Amino acid sequence: MNLQFDFIINKDDNTVHVKRAFAADLPLVWDAWTKPELLDQWWAPKPYRTVTKSMDFRDGGTWLYAMISPDDDKHWCKNDYLKIVHHHTYIGLDAFCDENGIVNSDMPRTQWTNTFSQDVNNTLVSIVAKYESLSDLEKVIALGFKEGFTMALENLDQYFDKHSKK
Amino acid sequence: MRRDIYHAIADPTRRSIITLITLQAMTPNAIAQHFDTSRQAVSKHLRILTECELVQQKHEGREIYYHLEVGKMKELDNWLEQFRIIWEIKFNQLDDLLKTIKQ
Repeated sequence: MNLQFDFIINKDDNTVHVKRAFAADLPLVWDAWTKPELLDQWWAPKPYRTVTKSMDFRDGGTWLYAMISPDDDKHWCKNDYLKIVHHHTYIGLDAFCDENGIVNSDMPRTQWTNTFSQDVNNTLVSIVAKYESLSDLEKVIALGFKEGFTMALENLDQYFDKHSKK
Repeated sequence: MRRDIYHAIADPTRRSIITLITLQAMTPNAIAQHFDTSRQAVSKHLRILTECELVQQKHEGREIYYHLEVGKMKELDNWLEQFRIIWEIKFNQLDDLLKTIKQ
């Protein structure tokens, strides 16, 4: 099965566009992106895992969670939900933070707009990540891997080994 | 702060310089002719690009030519590729999860 996966970086308006189809109906895919008990099962690239501390999925609410390394290092992150249109789209502003949600201002924040649409058998998720400046975008690309949602780097070699039949 | 490739490409003039010398090695004067900014400003960008090891100077007679270090540009491609791969890993995990909860 070959599901659509587009990944485009647009340096003119500091955005990253990701599109991916999933073989499930929209309500199920929506739940997987918005319910903490499901997010905890896939959000962090293995061998990292996600543990939700609190989730308040509504306009003005926040998802506060930790990405935990195999050595039990916790990296706290959060997503402030700006606007939610049920089963259609949500906009959130992410951040690295501490366990109380106090933002680490050294790292740029990303505004995510995730839009869900039902295809015949699939659900298409369109993601637009918007950065305040090109240097923010490049900082995230450069540092993203060392700091946060990142960390699967040491795994990549194994991953390439397994999947490199190019 | 150690300069790296992301510092090099963070500035629009530097990106233009990179594009210019992708085609051929050029002297600072020849490069400066493509920009409205002062020769000094272009020299500063060239110095930063050199510090980032993205360009190399080569002396030919009295002239200095700036070359692009193609290997360094590949490093950038790899970062973008890794960014994409991280997403791919996450999405594959979501595929598995969706399969499980559909049943």
